[in-house]
Amino acid sequence: MYQYIIKRLLLMIPTLFGAAVLVFLLLRAIPGDICELRMGAEGGLVDVATLETCRASLGLNEPMLVQFFEFVWGFFTFDFGTSMWTGQPISHEIGLRFELSVQVAIMATIVSILVSIPLGTISAIKQDTWVDYLVRAFSIAGIAMPSFWLGILIILGLLIGSQAWFGTPWMPPIRYVPIWENPMENLAMLIWPALATGYRYSAVATRMTRSALLEVLREDYVRTARAKGLLEKIIINRHALKNAMLPVVTVIGIEFAFLMGGLVVTEQVFNLNGLGKLFVESVTNNDYTMTQALVMLVVLIFVVTNFFVDLLYAWLDPRIRFS
Amino acid sequence: MSAISKEVADAEIEELSVQKPWGTRMIDTIRRKPLGAFGAIIVLVMITMAVLADVITPYDPLVNAFDKMHMPPSAEFWLGTDQFGRDIFTRIVYGARTALLVGFVTAGVGAGAGLVLGIASAYFGGVFDLVLQRIMDVFMAFPLVILALAVVSILGPGIQNVMIAITIPFIPQCARVVRSSALAIREIPYVDAARALGFSHSRIILRHMGPNVVAPFLILTTAFVGQAILLEASLSYLGLGVQEPTPAWGLMLQGGAEEYAESAPWIAIFPGIAISLAVFGFNLFGDAVRDLLDPKLRDR
Repeated sequence: MYQYIIKRLLLMIPTLFGAAVLVFLLLRAIPGDICELRMGAEGGLVDVATLETCRASLGLNEPMLVQFFEFVWGFFTFDFGTSMWTGQPISHEIGLRFELSVQVAIMATIVSILVSIPLGTISAIKQDTWVDYLVRAFSIAGIAMPSFWLGILIILGLLIGSQAWFGTPWMPPIRYVPIWENPMENLAMLIWPALATGYRYSAVATRMTRSALLEVLREDYVRTARAKGLLEKIIINRHALKNAMLPVVTVIGIEFAFLMGGLVVTEQVFNLNGLGKLFVESVTNNDYTMTQALVMLVVLIFVVTNFFVDLLYAWLDPRIRFS
Repeated sequence: MSAISKEVADAEIEELSVQKPWGTRMIDTIRRKPLGAFGAIIVLVMITMAVLADVITPYDPLVNAFDKMHMPPSAEFWLGTDQFGRDIFTRIVYGARTALLVGFVTAGVGAGAGLVLGIASAYFGGVFDLVLQRIMDVFMAFPLVILALAVVSILGPGIQNVMIAITIPFIPQCARVVRSSALAIREIPYVDAARALGFSHSRIILRHMGPNVVAPFLILTTAFVGQAILLEASLSYLGLGVQEPTPAWGLMLQGGAEEYAESAPWIAIFPGIAISLAVFGFNLFGDAVRDLLDPKLRDR
């Protein structure tokens, strides 16, 4: 297992290095440079001295290799420089919002697991019945529906529902309170985006649970279990589901890594001050240093999550770690 | 072979070579794949909407009418009007043009480039394959929306830039899948034969190997169209995609939709239904294409 972990860890290095090169080059591939583009976007003419100050502050006057080394080093030391929009250190801006986004991501994953595993199981057991068709339609709808639209519908439902039941429209709280300070208020705010994002992600996992379980249910050992007269409940829970969970765990893990992408849109709908919203704002405001740091952060989260998914997979399936 | 058995064989060959009429074959396909047929109908409706938009609706999708703002659905405005008094049905019909343009162009170019790179990677092998695959790995480490947003941050918003931003993440996805199919094909002797005949690399890649990896290529292309429509809608919703006043479904959900959610919910509901139905249609159609071309993947 140790050998496997070391091998996987070493495999992360070229991907992260490549991503760093790509992100670094992306911002330097702009015609002119980011200072010119950033200041040009504000309109009016910019004098040479201001441009030079901007370039000096970002280290753009240094040779390319030095710039790249500083960029990578900054990443190791969590010093991403300062935001071109607010002037604050980027690590500070990210730190403010990290907790909220991670909480929504974890809650969305829980929603996705709670929805997908029972639904996928029922769908597989009742294959080709109306229950199966209903579950499949539900999951295909989840893939087709944009999560931001689902978010808008949830807000609309809350407004109309609360108006009808209580006489006054109710909206989720706007100010973020950490969960350990006021759990009720925290959940009242974050459960809705978690539902909107989680439903979408449950769709893929439901399909995967269904197809994995269908495959396992056709295995010989399940037939043997049936032949020796085991209860169907025990066959499903102990024999089939356990083995069908392997690909499902992978899918859920990979989705967690993709959640950052989903949050970009959902945070905008629910007006949550998280990393996704920061990302969109930094793109809108031409805050290149912030965009660069956030893209690298997302890639890092993605690669590290994939690493843990692989470890979990190897732990669950001995064939992989010994291959 | 005896005379009788030859007659039987001839009759069988004749029967097999006579194709069923076009209509019967279509009904057979619909019966076997009802969901796929449903998807195909949605796709056809979308294409019709896009092509005949001027005939379908009498209104202009761009002209504001401030005396007709927030009108609920009626016989005059089937799906109501938005915060600028524009007919929502008209904007949805014209929006199909934007969605299909982005969907077809990005899926076609992305999958096409991926096809060539994937086959080339498998065909040349060695260092070329290794380097190309590591580059693809790097691209695959970016979630779709994030990479698209990063590209938009450099190029700026607008329909052309959005198409570039969506195309780029598709290339490595397609290249990866095509490469694995092409690796198996490279081992088949006809590729060696083509090489021995002195054909150029590009001719072998495009004329000889290309047609044999067409199944995964088509499957991915149809899947990409749905993804592209969804991604374009998301970027436009964020204000980083198609810009006003161009009719685009994601853009229709921006601003007014949330602001007037309670007083004019139709602004928020109908464009969302259009996006969901379009993606739903392309997904179902794509699933059917996949089942027809690759029976191994059924039930996945």
